[in-house]
Amino acid sequence: MNFLSIFVLIPVLMIIALFIARNRKQVLGVMVTGSTLLVIMAVYLTVSYITDRAAGATGPMLYTASMMWYEPLNIHYSVGVDGISVAMLCLSAIIVFTGTFTSWKMEPLTKEFFLWFCLLSIGVFGFFIATDLFTMFMFYEVALIPMFLLIGIWGSGRKEYSAMKLTLMLMGASAFLLVGILGIYFSSGATTMNILELVKIHIPVQQQYLFFVLTFFGFGVLGALFPFHTWSPDGHASAPTAVSMLHAGVLMKLGGYGAFRVSIYLMPEAAHDISWIFLIMTGIGVVYGAFSAIHQTDLKYINAYSSVSHCNLVLFAILMLNQTAMTGAVLQMLSHGLMTALFFALIGMIYGRTHTRLITEMGGLMKVMPFLGVSFVIGGLASLGLPGLSGFVAEMTIFFGAFEHPDMFHRVLTIASTMSIVITAVYILRMVGKFLYGPMQDKHHAALTDAVWYEKIAVVTLIAFIIAIGSLPLGLSDMIRSSLTDVIAQLVR
Amino acid sequence: MNYSDFLYMRDELSLLIVILFLLVYDLIAGKKGMKYFQPVAIVAFAIHTAFNILPYAAGEAFGGMYLNSPMMSVVKTILNIGTLIVFLQAKHVFDMENQRNRRGEYYFLTLTTLLGMYYMISSGNFLLFYIGLEMASIPMATLAALDKEDNKSAEAGAKYILSAAFSSGIMLFGISYIYGTTGTMYFMDLPSLITANALQILAFVFFIVGLFFKISLVPFHLWTADVYEGSPTNVTAYLSVVSKGSAVFVLTVLLYKVFGNLIDQWQGILYGIIIVSITIANLFAIRQKNIKRFLAFSSISQAGYLVLATISGTAYGMTTLVYYVLVYIFSNLAAFGVISAIETRTKKLNISDYNGLYSTNPKLSFVMMLAMFSLGGIPPFAGFFSKFFIFSAAAEQGFYVLVLIAVINTIISLYYYLLVVRAMFIEKSDNPIPALKTDGYNRLSLVICTTGIMVAGILSFIMEKIGTYSFGM
Repeated sequence: MNFLSIFVLIPVLMIIALFIARNRKQVLGVMVTGSTLLVIMAVYLTVSYITDRAAGATGPMLYTASMMWYEPLNIHYSVGVDGISVAMLCLSAIIVFTGTFTSWKMEPLTKEFFLWFCLLSIGVFGFFIATDLFTMFMFYEVALIPMFLLIGIWGSGRKEYSAMKLTLMLMGASAFLLVGILGIYFSSGATTMNILELVKIHIPVQQQYLFFVLTFFGFGVLGALFPFHTWSPDGHASAPTAVSMLHAGVLMKLGGYGAFRVSIYLMPEAAHDISWIFLIMTGIGVVYGAFSAIHQTDLKYINAYSSVSHCNLVLFAILMLNQTAMTGAVLQMLSHGLMTALFFALIGMIYGRTHTRLITEMGGLMKVMPFLGVSFVIGGLASLGLPGLSGFVAEMTIFFGAFEHPDMFHRVLTIASTMSIVITAVYILRMVGKFLYGPMQDKHHAALTDAVWYEKIAVVTLIAFIIAIGSLPLGLSDMIRSSLTDVIAQLVR
Repeated sequence: MNYSDFLYMRDELSLLIVILFLLVYDLIAGKKGMKYFQPVAIVAFAIHTAFNILPYAAGEAFGGMYLNSPMMSVVKTILNIGTLIVFLQAKHVFDMENQRNRRGEYYFLTLTTLLGMYYMISSGNFLLFYIGLEMASIPMATLAALDKEDNKSAEAGAKYILSAAFSSGIMLFGISYIYGTTGTMYFMDLPSLITANALQILAFVFFIVGLFFKISLVPFHLWTADVYEGSPTNVTAYLSVVSKGSAVFVLTVLLYKVFGNLIDQWQGILYGIIIVSITIANLFAIRQKNIKRFLAFSSISQAGYLVLATISGTAYGMTTLVYYVLVYIFSNLAAFGVISAIETRTKKLNISDYNGLYSTNPKLSFVMMLAMFSLGGIPPFAGFFSKFFIFSAAAEQGFYVLVLIAVINTIISLYYYLLVVRAMFIEKSDNPIPALKTDGYNRLSLVICTTGIMVAGILSFIMEKIGTYSFGM
């Protein structure tokens, strides 16, 4: 058994333990132990990955293992990681860890909530370690379905509508993905579903076009590809805190990661020729998301639209098809994952106290809850790209990479998307100014308390990583950059 | 005539013994013996299932009238498993006032239809095929009308017998033309004689329409919803999995082995039928309020997926079909097990009655949710794997557009399956179904189904084992 599979095994064991758990205390115990183990595993993986690479381990993926699963279709359960998957696994582990702490007071049906939460993380971890198309697709769908119940049962607002919309749109997109995967398997002449072997087989260019569109669309919808992003604001706004965190923080990254790992890696020629269609869509998405965020008054909607903008930027950077921009894309996935998780966690905590999410009904909260307020400001500054925090590193790398394209089309799009930084500054500063500073809108808010210990653990962890990426990005970006060499080699083939 | 030929009919003979045994037991058992009818029937049938679990050698008996192949034995075993689960859920049939003293009928009528399906599967001649078909249909109408005091049940029986007779008539007309143009009814001789001339195509169309009636594909599905709704729930369960599964398998065998020369024609016909069946059934299912009608339309759409496996014409297609039937048995019977448990105690059958079920009956809702997820094709449950393989079988032969339409339809179907999940888990109700304890047999059946749903997909050897027996065109 490969040690990567432990990432899937831990949540499975957590589910079994949760079934046995008798009371709230035991449930929380299981969750804390399990998610701490996951973080430890992720750190261990990162360290051993970097040392093995430094020791001269070559090959596109490390720690690969493969086990025959379904013989007739040559389906394997095969795993392996490169620098990008390592980064994503770390991100997922952190979010699961912090998500546990933010749902400390989850009521009602605590046990069930964490059951679905663990099922969701099985899907996420499995997706990032899988190197077989079928296994990957399976884990992808495993990650989607718990959302329906998580939002439907524990959500707020128009939760039934949002849950149904989110599930159906994402599942609908995965339908196209499924056809694309079957197409890659049957008509490319390959008799394998393993990505690492598929890449050696040159898929005929004519077929690449179709598969590229199908798979990129399939993954793109999960990455909030404009105009198919509409599930995201409703879904995030209705979901309970930890679910918003996991969904915006990790699940949406599945889209970007998959588009990169499957669409670009396996269909490089098609990516070159028709990436412009999706570039326009994502370019619009970046600006549109930012503009929409300005108009919202609900904190969760602001952050959801901001996520749309940032996630489109990830896809945008991937489609730039050069090493710098793609490094930026992965950094942005990490940075946005942490940032948006922090935002959703803080919004959840503030909502738990004020019982409103409308910024027009709040004000002057900085005085009442300085810890949450300062954390919020840090998150905001990271989001608008303040140097020293993670957002700056990511966006800078992306726009540097994007500007490497000398032609008119790319230039115009890049400049247009750069505008989003300014717009982000507008809505972040406006939001912070409205509800953290200024006069208090509601007298009752003066009696509110600041964060308690379990909330602080979650917030501090997230902020620590945001600052770490922001101030020491080099080791990380080297790890990502060197993993991209193989993809770039495909692209210039 | 060699008496060892009878050995090929091992499944049929042992089932016949079970039927006769139950018939005699029904006659001689006193009031006390009657009480134990369910366990006796279950044990007898379980012995039969276990006895026949290993496939028997391929061969033919009675000059080609009867054919057996390992795959047919496998399908019979799968049908046995389905029937066994149905029997485990049958207790509520006898809770009906008028049924107390007539336990036997239900069992031997059900088993007679099963025997008919066996003969249908193993037939080597259109005559035996027809006899098997009638043997499967006529007792089925009696079963549908089992609840004598319920008008709906009587209506279901009448509807079933009329549509069965009608479809048999159409089918016989087709068979007579096939005989007229070829001069034989033996499946072995037919393939070389069928040359795709106009008359034979006409005959084929009449014949296959008769079968479509049995499988209840659109546009021949109109009897389905009423019969499903009116029949006792247990009979509906049997009708929707065992009866349907056997009919689709027979269709596949006939298309592969007898009408292989007409592949262009039947692929065209199936193409259209699959699209309308899946789509229309899905659209109707969305609007259903009664859970039995809802599952009726869901089963029509599932039948469309079953036929999707047939269209490829390959051995792999047959593998996926049989595997799908197995998974479908687990998933659908899990749903029916929950429905009958609830119906027995509360007589409630509307989807809106299930609101808030999770708060009172967490275990039942959990099983129902697994069933719905499996039917909708959500991983890691077995339904996902069976659907994926069905799609891969069709995609292998290049039916990409068809696969895309079918996959998009799974999303529509997911919508209505989620409606049930939503009712149980999310909706609140002032008057939810009270906490209820279902009988031990039903609980056992639900455990079997749940295990099947959970492991049948992840354990790959089940599907691979089926694959070693399957045959293509």
